[in-house]
Amino acid sequence: MSAPTRRTIKTDYLARVEGEGAMSVRLVDGRVDEVELRIFEPPRFFEALLRGRSFLEAPDITSRICGICPVAYQMSSINAMEDLCGVEVSEPIRILRRLLYCGEWIESHALHVYMLHAPDFLGYSGAVEMAREHPDAVQRGLALKKTGNELMIVIGGREIHPVNVKVGGFYRAPTRRELLELVEPLERAREAAVETVRWTAGFEFPERAVECELVALADGDAYAIEQGRVVSDRGLGISVHDYGDHFYEEHVARSNALHSRRADGSTYLCGPLARYALSADRLSPLSREVAAEVGLEVPCRDAFRSIVVRSVELVYACDEALRLIADYEEPDAPAAEVEPRAGVGHGVTEAPRGLLYHRYELDGDGTILDAKIVPPTAQNQLAIEEDLRQVVDRYNDLSDDDLRHVCEQAIRNYDPCISCATHFLDLEIERA
Amino acid sequence: MEKRPTLAVWKFSSCDGCQLSLLDVEDELLAIAERVQIAHFLEASSAIVAGPYDVSLVEGSITTPEEAERIKEVRAASRALVTIGACATAGGVQALRNYAEIDDYVAAVYASPEYISTLATSTPIADHVDVDFELRGCPINKQQLLELVSAMLQRRRPSIATHSVCLECKSRGIPCVMVSHGIPCLGPVTQAGCGAICPAYNRGCFGCFGPAESPNLASLEAWWRSLGVDEQGLQRALATFNVEAFRRERERANASHDQD
Repeated sequence: MSAPTRRTIKTDYLARVEGEGAMSVRLVDGRVDEVELRIFEPPRFFEALLRGRSFLEAPDITSRICGICPVAYQMSSINAMEDLCGVEVSEPIRILRRLLYCGEWIESHALHVYMLHAPDFLGYSGAVEMAREHPDAVQRGLALKKTGNELMIVIGGREIHPVNVKVGGFYRAPTRRELLELVEPLERAREAAVETVRWTAGFEFPERAVECELVALADGDAYAIEQGRVVSDRGLGISVHDYGDHFYEEHVARSNALHSRRADGSTYLCGPLARYALSADRLSPLSREVAAEVGLEVPCRDAFRSIVVRSVELVYACDEALRLIADYEEPDAPAAEVEPRAGVGHGVTEAPRGLLYHRYELDGDGTILDAKIVPPTAQNQLAIEEDLRQVVDRYNDLSDDDLRHVCEQAIRNYDPCISCATHFLDLEIERA
Repeated sequence: MEKRPTLAVWKFSSCDGCQLSLLDVEDELLAIAERVQIAHFLEASSAIVAGPYDVSLVEGSITTPEEAERIKEVRAASRALVTIGACATAGGVQALRNYAEIDDYVAAVYASPEYISTLATSTPIADHVDVDFELRGCPINKQQLLELVSAMLQRRRPSIATHSVCLECKSRGIPCVMVSHGIPCLGPVTQAGCGAICPAYNRGCFGCFGPAESPNLASLEAWWRSLGVDEQGLQRALATFNVEAFRRERERANASHDQD
């Protein structure tokens, strides 16, 4: 019997993702033997450095986990603290939080769709290179991103690590006039988002399906963003308080990121595909119309088409922001009074990439005794590896360079945020 | 065609926010890309042009043995090396480990500490290699980044103020939150650059840009005490994104006080 033929494909440093990671794939006799995402983004030990800090500091400190989705960290930590302290906030504060979060979805999705992901489909190394032949598209993406950032600046003070957010509400509530100035840019952004759906839906997609369980938040009649129950397409429906009973994290040698699993050990996926599968009927009429126009089915299990789902979510985020501004009345007080309590609080929100869970234990004067943070990319890492395995099996007749490109694209389908997950990527394909 | 200067962006331990600022200059990005060859910027492009580079922007702090080696390679490949953001200039919020037992930190987060390779400290880039200019902030300010890139390409020194946030409040006409509202504020000891956004939102400055030139920490301490803040409160406020820079300033102030 001849020796098995081995082939290794690797990417030492994956580009157009947020953070540092690598991938390696080993094939033996043309079949996938092993797929690994390695996260070498160095650990920064947030859960440890939060110990001994005030519960009021968690939003500012945890926002520094990620410069692309700081609002997600602020909102999940705030939900946890308010859950524990029994705080009810007023309707205007709820509106402002969802509005700020819409800004982050627009900024993050526009960044990913136009600058990180679209170049894969059109054959460019990046958006700047793409701009030479597709100047209108890139300008449209930049304008969309800018509008998301403007929303964050008006409500949060700045786009990266907003300063105006606190446990209980805001330091200063924006005036109606300040928000009304955002209406025109948001209406233009909504048009641009509709164009984005038509543009991305015209890309070529390999027909593929993700098979694992899809997990997202459900929030009554709303498309869940800043709050909700944890639900799945396989019947899960729990309060955030019970998250720990249904999900766990494990630590494997190759990665500075922890891997999340369902309690029975199975893999699941969160993010745009899961949200769309579970809540598409709660999208605004315009978002559903545009999705129907381009033939985006519900559910969509094709990770390559996640770029179209993200684009539909861009339409929704603009639409929803406009609705929220119309409904906004200035609050009597910018924040609710908060008294710390000893105990454990849980918070979860839909970061642009998927579920972001926080859990804190406080003592009676509000000092953090213990913190646990489960970012979306840690939850999705196993699903990404499973998907990668299938992608390699299907495309293993490609040359190493072409196979590497397909694998990198398959990873970027998930918009992995490695800065978040450290506690993610290099692509290495070994053909044994 | 005239050869364009090359710009490289490097990431060490960080949140990616400061390099994202370069993509956040939406109105200027494509114009910059025409004048400058973006030769290495992995967050934005998979195309890599080999060095050396005219200007390297370095984000993040040094927290692993691998990073301590890699920064030397970046220095060797760069004509000008500029650090961007509180992680690169001061060690970042992850420098809180410098005041704790690293083994406790690793054990608090990871089930299998033996898989983790980390240094016991998070240190600024300037502790490891020569740095030509430092841009402060957590995150950096986009206008300051544009000024920095322009200056570096013209081979002139960037025009970046080193005075305190107080002057920004004055120039924006924002009433002092400490005097008029009794809100503890780090503005008097913090370097300008953000545009005094916190006071503009009825919040005290919390030190994102690190210590201003010659900060009067003793005076600040007296102010904060009069507003009812205890030592732990002041310690916590100074011990966030620029913990290492504020600690070094405090030590310097104490040392000169001892000489008096």
